[in-house]
Amino acid sequence: MSSSLVTVAYIAAIMLFIMSLGGLSHPETARRGNFYGMLGMAIAVLATVFGPSVTPAGIAWIIGAMVVGGGIGLYAARTVQMTQMPELVALMHSLVGLAACAVGFASYIDPASSAQFTSVEKTIHHVEVYIGILIGAVTFSGSIIAFLKLSGKIGGKPLLLPARHWLNLVALLVVIGVGAQFLGAKTIDAGMMPLLIMTVIALLFGIHMVMAIGGADMPVVVSMLNSYSGWAAAATGFMLSNDLLIVVGALVGSSGAILSYIMCQAMNRNFISVIAGGFGSGGGAPAAGGAAAEPQGEVSAVSAQETAELLREAKSVIIVPGYGMAVAQAQHTVYEITKTLREKNINIRFGIHPVAGRMPGHMNVLLAEAKVPYDIVLEMDEINDDFPDTDVVMVIGANDIVNPAAQEDPTSPIAGMPVLEVWKAKTSIVMKRSMASGYAGVDNPLFYKDNNRMLFGDAKKMLDEVLTALRA
Amino acid sequence: MGLTIGVPKEVFPNEKRVATVPEVVEKLKKLGFAIAVESGAGVGADVSDEMFAAAGATVQPNAAALWSASDIVFKVRPPTMDEAALMKDGQTLISFIWPAQNPELMQALAAKKVNVLAMDCLPRMLSRAQKMDALTSMAGISGYRAVIEAANVFGRFFNGQITAAGKVPPAKIFIAGAGVAGLAAIGTAASMGAIVRANDTRAEVADQVKSLGGEFVKVDYAEEGSGGGGYAKVMSEGFQQAQREMYAQQAREVDIIITTALIPGKPAPKLITAEMVQSMKPGSVIVDMAAEQGGNCELTEPGKAVVKHGVTIVGYTDLASRLAKQSSTLYGTNLFRLTEELCKTKDGVINVNMEDDAIRGLTVIKDGAVTWPAPPPKLPPAPEPKPAAAPVAAKKAHGHGASSEPMATQTLVIMFAVAAGLFWFIGANAPAAFLGHFTVFVLACFVGYMVVWNVTPSLHTPLMSVTNAISSIIVIGALVQIAPPAVPGISRPDELIRWIALVGIGLTAVNMFGGFAVTRRMLAMFRK
Repeated sequence: MSSSLVTVAYIAAIMLFIMSLGGLSHPETARRGNFYGMLGMAIAVLATVFGPSVTPAGIAWIIGAMVVGGGIGLYAARTVQMTQMPELVALMHSLVGLAACAVGFASYIDPASSAQFTSVEKTIHHVEVYIGILIGAVTFSGSIIAFLKLSGKIGGKPLLLPARHWLNLVALLVVIGVGAQFLGAKTIDAGMMPLLIMTVIALLFGIHMVMAIGGADMPVVVSMLNSYSGWAAAATGFMLSNDLLIVVGALVGSSGAILSYIMCQAMNRNFISVIAGGFGSGGGAPAAGGAAAEPQGEVSAVSAQETAELLREAKSVIIVPGYGMAVAQAQHTVYEITKTLREKNINIRFGIHPVAGRMPGHMNVLLAEAKVPYDIVLEMDEINDDFPDTDVVMVIGANDIVNPAAQEDPTSPIAGMPVLEVWKAKTSIVMKRSMASGYAGVDNPLFYKDNNRMLFGDAKKMLDEVLTALRA
Repeated sequence: MGLTIGVPKEVFPNEKRVATVPEVVEKLKKLGFAIAVESGAGVGADVSDEMFAAAGATVQPNAAALWSASDIVFKVRPPTMDEAALMKDGQTLISFIWPAQNPELMQALAAKKVNVLAMDCLPRMLSRAQKMDALTSMAGISGYRAVIEAANVFGRFFNGQITAAGKVPPAKIFIAGAGVAGLAAIGTAASMGAIVRANDTRAEVADQVKSLGGEFVKVDYAEEGSGGGGYAKVMSEGFQQAQREMYAQQAREVDIIITTALIPGKPAPKLITAEMVQSMKPGSVIVDMAAEQGGNCELTEPGKAVVKHGVTIVGYTDLASRLAKQSSTLYGTNLFRLTEELCKTKDGVINVNMEDDAIRGLTVIKDGAVTWPAPPPKLPPAPEPKPAAAPVAAKKAHGHGASSEPMATQTLVIMFAVAAGLFWFIGANAPAAFLGHFTVFVLACFVGYMVVWNVTPSLHTPLMSVTNAISSIIVIGALVQIAPPAVPGISRPDELIRWIALVGIGLTAVNMFGGFAVTRRMLAMFRK
């Protein structure tokens, strides 16, 4: 394959990738989009392998590595639970980060890769290597921490070191300083030390950054890491003067950045403040709200039996799922209830908050897994106006996203965050294990409203009981 | 066994409602009460004694037996003096009372050492009390029935039709007062296909009118008419003048007028004058729902339907009773909800807890002492006018895809300046080869932005996993390192690079295959 052929193959791959992302914009075209992605990837890989830059001696190695890696990947994809999607995605981001580091180091120690460059070009190449490894390392360690947090192996509470902003600043200055030393290095061996120092700092920075972010902000973090893995690929593309990598990296990077932005908007929070971390620490903020903001009154609990009765008598029902549904694996029971109610000609729909769950779109995937048709699963903006006409709202394991304090109490830490206005419905039923507050650590006045009922217990168990009562 | 709840037959002429229905009897029994009904109590509402008995109630042959067997009596209409005489010490009566209009009745009841809870005295502003708000449920039924009565005497279709025999225009209906009854009338008339207009002195109901399919007609005069407790107040003279003009104009245009305007403790405002009635088209209909309080129309005769100037004026005062089954069911349920509040222990014993705002308001006589009127309930301090944060939040809440607010000019200038500086720096220093890549990079960022911006939020997770899979394109970097064609004159640590590259390929392969496969698995689940 000549290098020109490889180039046109790359162009074809780029087009396929763009079409892939475009196809993903709608459920009807999404499957085709995914197929375009696979096709693009296959073309890109084959063109490279059979192109001029890989000699036949390497093909056996490549096949070996591909088979091993691909086997692991396919196995993971087949066995993963849909509730574990956030963890899986975070883990995969870390692989991209690690791969970017590997490619960066290999490129640096390869004298052939920069042999033909002039001195300016060589400097630029080194800057690219440096940045590529930096982003790769941050992505790697950050994703690992995100994975550990999402899978519950370490706590979701933000870890706030004293003077953490100064620590980050010092890290940045050290990285710049070491970078200057790295660029000044005459030989590859001399540059290795600064490069390794920078890598270690980048790894620590990634850990520190994600550790400081609370569980409620995880959707932002996951999509941000997604963006980083793209920038890492783009940086690698610059390093290797490969347009395909640049384009695809930029596509992925910008799409991740947009997703992060959308998530931040959904929480009415500034991107910087999410990254700076500390949200959900619960310290100080509620106290500042003062006694006046403290919700008062008593909660009225209902039984599963009464819940079923309320549902049966309703004409329109909206279900608002949250992370609690994912944890309890209750989505299948939710679907059975949906089916039963639909058979009774009750208009049942789902209201999804953009940051419900632990990654963007988490709830949609769970409901899709349980075969809930996607056209009754609506976004917050689509459904918020319909609450006043709704008889019963069931909130399953969600808290902050239905907290009226966001609108009513300007001193609340979540003030101004768009929320699902479930309290406007005739009756709302909140399913919760206890009265504990959500990730934001804010008490929820919804629970004390007169038209609210609490159904305490494990979501799966209680929903099973509701379903039994409904069918009785 | 707990206390006995007695339900007598209503004695008021033509009153068809009954204070409970079999479904409610079952629920009351679950609270621990025994239920007794007077024979024939439910006949007007199509409930036979057998049906009550089947639900677990005992049937008493006559009123005297019933009153003496009961600890608590549920009624609809205020008791007559005869009925009041049947009451015994310690009994509790729950019914409409209208204490302001019936002072003698209040005296007679107070003399009996009884408890009286008046359904019309419920503090309606307590949202907790809404489930027991019988005025609201009765008003809703009356509003519905008012439209039915209008349709009954109106000589045309409500909805417009184009038939083989010619075109029929839709009926135009004007509804004065958009309280519960007015709103029910709006919804009913709109669903029958009529063109519905409505007016209310309280401007905040305009949205409710629209939500039910009506058109809100404004009075061309600025004054807010919200009195306390969700009722309207008496308006100023200037406003009334403007309002009269508006009514006069509506009277000329519409086919049917339904009036629901009431001001608590005052005679109903006279909205429709005799001249307005005269100006209406022959065959038009007026349903005056305020007839009992004197009527909103000057020519209304309470309790009757009369034809004046070719316009049928319906002044029935028993609209709710004309839908006896429905109103009995709703009223019975309101009473059941109240009983729940009175009997939180579910043991068939009631506790008239005067600390409870709702029950305090309802209780007009306690142990023979008149406790009416109740002090205003301890409402939580009125919410301040919406905090400033809310409108901002609302603005931000609209989805992505919609254009966000334009940036402040200052920020824009700074951003352009920074970008220009950056671009100048790159242009001044970078070699041509880099610039080519840089061009591609910037363009690709924009393409990514455009392509992804419209993704529906439900696909965010698949999008992330597919972009994650696509980012394994980094494998290209590792592929070209594994065994490149030899460059003469350079010694290369082949072995080391190969192993590093192999690790890279393995890692990205996990990502590539795993990412696409899991996306495929997810997408296969999305279905209509």
